[in-house]
Amino acid sequence: MSTAVMSVHDLTVDIETPNGRLRAVDGVGFDAVQGETLALLGESGCGKSMTAQAIVGLLDPVASVSSGSVVLNGTDLVTASRRKRRAMAGPELAIVFQDALTALNPVYTVGTQLAEPFRIHRRMSSRAARAEAVELMRRVGIPHPESRVDAYPHQFSGGMRQRLLIAMAVALNPTVLLADEPTTALDVTVQAQIMALLKELRNEREMAVVLITHDLALVAEEADKVAVMYAGHVVETGAVAEVFSDPQHPYTKGLLESVPVHVARGSDLASIGGTPPDLASIPSGCVYQARCPLARDRCVAERPVLHQVAKGRAAACHYSEEVSR
Amino acid sequence: MTGFLRRRAITSLLPLVAVLLGVFFLARLTGDPANLYLPVSATPEQRQQFIEQNGLDDSVWAQMGDYLWGILHLDFGESLRTGESAATMALRAFPATLQLAFSTMLIAVVGAVIIGSWAAYRPNSIADRISSFLSMTAASVPDFWFAIIGVWIFAVGLGWLPTSGVTGGMASWVLPVATLVIRPLGVLTQVVRGAMVSALSAPYVRLARSKGAGDLRVVTHHALRNAAAPALTVAGDLMVGLVNGAVVVETIFGWPGIGKLMIDSILGRDFAVLQACVLLTAVSIFVLNILIDIGYALLDARVREKVSA
Amino acid sequence: MTAVLEAPSESRVSSQVALWRLLLRDWVATGAALVLAFVALVAAFGPMFVGDEAAQQNLLDANAEPFRLSDGWLNVLGTDALGRSVLARLIVASRTTLSVAVPAVLLSLVIGSLIGMWAGYHRGRRETVVMRIADIILSFPSLLMAVVVLYIFSPSSANLILVLAITRIPIYLRTARAESAELQSRLFVDAARTFGTRSSAIIFRHVLPIVLPTLLTVATLDFCFVMLSESSLSFLGIGIQPPSVSWGLMVAQGRTYLQTAWWLSFFPGLAIVVTTVSATILASWARLATDPAQRWRLTLPRGRRGRRAIRRAAEKALTPEVQ
Repeated sequence: MSTAVMSVHDLTVDIETPNGRLRAVDGVGFDAVQGETLALLGESGCGKSMTAQAIVGLLDPVASVSSGSVVLNGTDLVTASRRKRRAMAGPELAIVFQDALTALNPVYTVGTQLAEPFRIHRRMSSRAARAEAVELMRRVGIPHPESRVDAYPHQFSGGMRQRLLIAMAVALNPTVLLADEPTTALDVTVQAQIMALLKELRNEREMAVVLITHDLALVAEEADKVAVMYAGHVVETGAVAEVFSDPQHPYTKGLLESVPVHVARGSDLASIGGTPPDLASIPSGCVYQARCPLARDRCVAERPVLHQVAKGRAAACHYSEEVSR
Repeated sequence: MTGFLRRRAITSLLPLVAVLLGVFFLARLTGDPANLYLPVSATPEQRQQFIEQNGLDDSVWAQMGDYLWGILHLDFGESLRTGESAATMALRAFPATLQLAFSTMLIAVVGAVIIGSWAAYRPNSIADRISSFLSMTAASVPDFWFAIIGVWIFAVGLGWLPTSGVTGGMASWVLPVATLVIRPLGVLTQVVRGAMVSALSAPYVRLARSKGAGDLRVVTHHALRNAAAPALTVAGDLMVGLVNGAVVVETIFGWPGIGKLMIDSILGRDFAVLQACVLLTAVSIFVLNILIDIGYALLDARVREKVSA
Repeated sequence: MTAVLEAPSESRVSSQVALWRLLLRDWVATGAALVLAFVALVAAFGPMFVGDEAAQQNLLDANAEPFRLSDGWLNVLGTDALGRSVLARLIVASRTTLSVAVPAVLLSLVIGSLIGMWAGYHRGRRETVVMRIADIILSFPSLLMAVVVLYIFSPSSANLILVLAITRIPIYLRTARAESAELQSRLFVDAARTFGTRSSAIIFRHVLPIVLPTLLTVATLDFCFVMLSESSLSFLGIGIQPPSVSWGLMVAQGRTYLQTAWWLSFFPGLAIVVTTVSATILASWARLATDPAQRWRLTLPRGRRGRRAIRRAAEKALTPEVQ
């Protein structure tokens, strides 16, 4: 059984606004296990991207981690010094961003940018680093890497650029790889290729992958474990197969039911009524109360804590037994 | 690249030709060019002789033909004051201005990059606010005033520096260059700061940090090159404005450059020399614009491609 | 502890009130605005009070030093070689300087913007021709052009205004054209076209209001440039001629007395600096305030906040949607 290489515990991120402090991520916790893919699943604005940013230390200046810990290979990233974080960025922790075009510097060749991790962390010469860059390009499936290494980002297609991003992230064999919506901007066929590549690399380099996405199908196909997020909280965790077949939180159930399967023509599409709460007006009880079919007085009064509901599964609901299909 | 140069050269030629013809017509617009060329005290006979000698009784088109022909042979006529070839005088004065301009832009660019990057690195900090205020002030100072106050304080009052620029030696450069550099430094600092703030907030900077790049590398390697293009544009405009500044500074400090020559020739009704100077200035600006375009192409591969397409 | 956010307000009235409040938040910009207003008032009404004093020669009092109230408050900034009060002349000169700078800016603003908007709207050959002309004018040092032209046509206030305006027209041309060209491809312009609206009406009713804030910001900065140009030209002797007086001219006239009467050149130059700096500060504030995408920068609390451009959560929380 593989071990948890990164443990996120009670992570909280606040944003400073002129009207006060808003809580974007509240007490989020999960483990990333070597050789496994954990999906952070949730709607836009649920705080999953901000969680990822908080982990890699790339939060916008108005946002800050106000409590919690992120322990990776024995070091708590939240309290670590900037120098230590910088040393870990690349060899131990890496992230793949969503938009490959803007994430790549337009004025430098891809070879230069791919070689950068090697030059920074392993102090390689530019020639040696370039050779590594070519090998990386070959590994991620870019054809004719020797000639394309001197090309510029805008000369590649979207799928190729995403491969380059992945190549840069895995260059130094990080322990944990975060992928923030890696396929959202791509065609469906390219999506499949990219995800396959990620899986190969994960197994080859024995990484733990944290996949941030809103795509249920993607989670079902690619992830081993899932942590469902809503309004800055984790509301359910567990193995994907189990959670998807037997959700223990009304929100998870609602998500699953809104995926159109076997829908007869002319009938209504199922969806969850209402919208996620504004960051400034998150209710004091359960965060899902406004849209939950099972909401009761206790839900308004007391915020449910994420607790174990079965072996390897947890949910933040007072009435999870009632959620079963 | 050569195709690009050729095309740019042709489009930039237009202002040059416009200036050439403009100068020609400007003189004749006032009625009698002889008035411009001859000293006020000229007698009617001298005037008539002048007119005939210079073909001013020919048709306008013939005159223009002569004029353009002369230009192609770099013959602008002779100076009314010294009798020398106007072209020679202009070319002799040019290097002095070039030296001034070059050192000024060097200091302005280096200074702006350092201060602007530092301010952008810590936006809204005390240092940023102070440098913003100072650069705004610097961009607003009238150069002539700065020059004479500078002379008054440093040359006359403290005696540290010479009052004019002709004595040579490093000390005589200080005040002229300081006067000339103030405005470009102020403007360029603001531009660099703005461009760097944009560059530093770009996604590729985030990516670089996620690869473990330190602040120095992020600023100098990643951000600066992307911020260079807007700065280059403004620097180009400033170089044109430098000619303005040179006129004032050279006049005040007696610097023997082309600006002073222009003012002197205007006041001395030496239109031939003025023409030569104006044209020389126009040509250098034209060359400058081409150099700037080359700069853009060198900085950014996307420009290179669009250009050779 | 949930914070309450303002509901998006769309009315024009409230956005104008918000503009004032935004200005007051930034005390530096407010100060700049006050300084400019003061200068404008002095230029408008000052000469009524001190006009005579400015021309009054008093040879007994020549070259008196400033900051001595024994001679009366009028001479608090000293007197010149003819005993005229520097303060009084400063005030009269302010009117001259502004009466050249403001019309020049207005002239180039109106002409440049109209032509630019027209060119940007119609695109094609009209646009190209206009831009070529703009390039030609811009590729030449304005001071030089002004010197040559004024020398040939003799310097008068009107010529000065004309020359300065012409050299600055390309600035407005470029800005107006760029914005207009970008807007004309937008949907609401097409919508207006389908109603059969004439181009001129479209330009005035739809393009102009959007382009106006940018143009005004450009005009404020341009005002600085024109003021400095007029001062330089007057300094060189090609601008305002005596017996009229402008700040630039005062600096030139005081130059020969630098060692003995430094205040003659110092104060006029200081006046130029203060006015120009205030206009620059106000312009840079206006640039942020009139751009809804950038306005949030002005609403951040002071201090270490607002380090870099902020996306997503912070912007969403801060900026009400303003159409």
